[in-house]
Amino acid sequence: MKENVLKVENVTMQFGGVVAVDNLNLEVGKGEIVALIGPNGAGKTTAFNVITGVYQPTNGAVWFQGEKIVENHPQGKMKQQYKGEHAGDYAQVLAPTPDKVTRLGMARTFQNIRLWKSQTVFDNVLIAKHCRATSNVFSAAFRLNRKEEAAQRENVLELLETVGLADVKDEPATSLPYGKQRRLEIARALAAEPKLLLLDEPAAGMNPQETEELTAFIGEIRDRFHLTVFLIEHHMNLVMNISDRIYVLDFGKLIAQGDPAAIQNDKRVIDAYLGVSEDA
Amino acid sequence: MQYAISILLSGVSLGGQYALIAIGYTMVYGILRLINFAHGDVFMVAGLMMVYLTASLPLAASIPLVLVLTVLLGFIIERAAYKPLREAPRMSVMISAIGVSYLLQNLATYVTGGLPKMYPEIPGISNTITIAGVPTKVVTVVTPVLVLVLVLALTQLIHHTKVGMAMRAVAKDFETAQLMGIKINAVISVTFIIGSFLAAVGSVLYFTNYQSIVPLSGALPGLRAFVAAVFGGIGSIPGAVVGAFIIGISESVIKGSSWSIFSDAFTFALLIIILVVKPTGLFGEKVTDKV
Amino acid sequence: MKKTVNKSAWAGLLCAAALLALVVILENVLDPNKNIMVFAALKKGAVYALVAVSMNLLNGFTGLFSLGQAGFMLLGAYTYAILTIPVSQREAVYYIYNGSAVNFSLPELFGGGAFGLVLGVVLALVLGGCVAAAVAWLIGLPVLRLKSDYLAIATLGFGEIIRAVFQWDKLGPVTNGANALKNFPTFSSFNITNGSGETVLRLSTFTAFLLAGICIAVVVLLINSTYGRAFKAIRDDEVAAEAMGINLSKHKRLAFVISSFFAGVGGGMFAMFANQAQAKTFTTAMTYEILLIVVIGGIGSVSGSCIAAFLYVAASEWWLRFLDAETFIGGFKVPLLRNGFRMVVFSVVIMIVVLFFRRGIMGDKELPDLLKKRRKEGAK
Repeated sequence: MKENVLKVENVTMQFGGVVAVDNLNLEVGKGEIVALIGPNGAGKTTAFNVITGVYQPTNGAVWFQGEKIVENHPQGKMKQQYKGEHAGDYAQVLAPTPDKVTRLGMARTFQNIRLWKSQTVFDNVLIAKHCRATSNVFSAAFRLNRKEEAAQRENVLELLETVGLADVKDEPATSLPYGKQRRLEIARALAAEPKLLLLDEPAAGMNPQETEELTAFIGEIRDRFHLTVFLIEHHMNLVMNISDRIYVLDFGKLIAQGDPAAIQNDKRVIDAYLGVSEDA
Repeated sequence: MQYAISILLSGVSLGGQYALIAIGYTMVYGILRLINFAHGDVFMVAGLMMVYLTASLPLAASIPLVLVLTVLLGFIIERAAYKPLREAPRMSVMISAIGVSYLLQNLATYVTGGLPKMYPEIPGISNTITIAGVPTKVVTVVTPVLVLVLVLALTQLIHHTKVGMAMRAVAKDFETAQLMGIKINAVISVTFIIGSFLAAVGSVLYFTNYQSIVPLSGALPGLRAFVAAVFGGIGSIPGAVVGAFIIGISESVIKGSSWSIFSDAFTFALLIIILVVKPTGLFGEKVTDKV
Repeated sequence: MKKTVNKSAWAGLLCAAALLALVVILENVLDPNKNIMVFAALKKGAVYALVAVSMNLLNGFTGLFSLGQAGFMLLGAYTYAILTIPVSQREAVYYIYNGSAVNFSLPELFGGGAFGLVLGVVLALVLGGCVAAAVAWLIGLPVLRLKSDYLAIATLGFGEIIRAVFQWDKLGPVTNGANALKNFPTFSSFNITNGSGETVLRLSTFTAFLLAGICIAVVVLLINSTYGRAFKAIRDDEVAAEAMGINLSKHKRLAFVISSFFAGVGGGMFAMFANQAQAKTFTTAMTYEILLIVVIGGIGSVSGSCIAAFLYVAASEWWLRFLDAETFIGGFKVPLLRNGFRMVVFSVVIMIVVLFFRRGIMGDKELPDLLKKRRKEGAK
């Protein structure tokens, strides 16, 4: 049995009366590429946000590399509004801020690209290294950290070469075409030295060829950087070609899980999301 | 006992005047998410306009003229200084508002020569009467009544007219309201017009009580009114009114005590406490941001 | 790339040295009595440049709209003054309170004379910055979580509260209440005099430029460091910044504290310029002046803030003075020109900049960037 890098246990996310994620349970094993799919509004990005600390779940817990990093139970007004189960199971409250989660070893990309618009390609990736810097503000300001900074810059250059953006490293990040901007976001996430990489619709807006290249690329970086990858995607080619396992979400609930072949033939999934091909 | 009553009366009167200014702040913030720094100075300009107009015109003409001119001023400020920056980042609009405030204050200093001006006595409301053995001006009684009437009229407007519905829609969701065909410019202008009108009325009441006007006379009442709006819940009109009365009475109490030099500091301290403890104020709503 | 970084660092140092040399020469060649305006403008410009840069660090580079600068300047000014008024003068300055509660002065503590003066003044300025930074640290706790417009109003409020506290009678023995603090070392104290009291070498403007220059250089170093880049990331997209491991509250607080430190030093320098420290000078209007300088120079540009500071001071103190004077051409009185017109023209100019030249003089570029562009275009 592969060791779990990520374990999501009974996570429910409720906004007022709206249940965005309903009692989600999933696991991602070390070195796996796992996909989370489902129709728009199913709660996929919400799940990501809970895992990375952007939202505090209404109930449930998240384990990362064997340690519990997130936990909550219904409090205050939510006590009456909570519609789910397992309400009594989680006594503690652990609410790390996203930066803490990143420093523990998780990094993510965003559904809508969030690059730092005033910075160059190089600096966008370099900034992600800041959380790994050991210098304090004085040693940084007075350049006592020269060695560390030089090492970081070299690392960034390597990353840019890996994603194929080294030739545009001094251009403003916003000058890149859309597909390259997505690659830049991935390079940036890699710069934070994660063990688990969360990709939110990395192929969004890409044409079939770009999607193929991305599929190969994700496999490459998984092997090269010894990563585990958890991704949200709508491009089914990418999902079916690359994933070891797939979880399917609909209206916040997990409706199916399994390997690509099983999912493709699962009736519930077909009804809710995949649909049937026209000549069937 | 008499002292307490006099404090209470002046507090209520002050509160009502602040309420009229606070409504302007809260309405503009509700729609544009802009703190209209210039609003307090518009209030001050309304006071100065009365001083200069009554020098050559009878009161019966001056008062309506002041109301019209103040409304015009508010309208022009919005069109000239805020509308062009509607797509700009928030900081730019705030800086523009600060710039307008600065301009109005400097214009006032220039025109008045830096000397305080005396507000004219308006017969009727500046007469002295006695309430519960305490001498005060008629304006003290007129203020809360007038405020109540105006607020009721405003509430009717907002909840029972098309314009009001448009205003509520824009306050809830600016972009969607535009997409649904609501004439945003008209709605925003109406908001500023109403706010300036109320500020002008407030200036008549306020300066009848505190007759000396200097260019900075709008800044502090303006800030106090803003605190009142935040206290009551920014975006909520009843909240602004309730907040204003509370602030007015507290100010009156502090000014009458030995800590009077801290009266401004108190207002700010109150603001900071609200922002930190319950930023949505008494009647405000909480909004979560989507990532 | 490392070579060019070192090259521009040396170039910058050379330029700074040249500027300082120029200032000393100017001050000793021109007759000070006939050119009071020039040197006053230069000194005030240097002080405002520092405070503008400190505000830009917070507003322009980290994206935190704070309006509390005047309050931090006040803290720095008072700390400086309280720590450097000569013991013999204290009775006279604090006459209402029968003497000061603080009965030593740093320059004297260090033995007086030139050495004591320099060390005492520098230490007092640094301590002024530290006091401002400490207060910023305390305020930052609750306030930095607020949204931009609320942050602005909250910091504005703190500025006013600080001013009210420093005017409080009960603190008189320390702060001199509502009265001014005077007789402490000013920029002119740095003029070198010979035995008979004649001024041999005028260094007052030089001192102002040197102090401001060193502080601004430190800020520039910070901005170009990994922390400076983290600040810019927070400004551009704080959600992404947080997701990339940057702790928002820690970094915002850091920017706030550092900015306030330099505002405090700037406040101490302002006291040195004005020859007095009085709470009522440090009003919200002063914060607005600095804000407008930052906007005119370009939000996010250090060189812009410096240039704009000098332009602003020159214009307001010197060039536009004529607008305030009632002028007569022949027998004809020029309309509009009288006291206060200068500020009106000023405010109109500000509005024009805010509405039509939003990016200011430099936008978010620095002087070296512009020169690099010229070189690139020249090479083509």
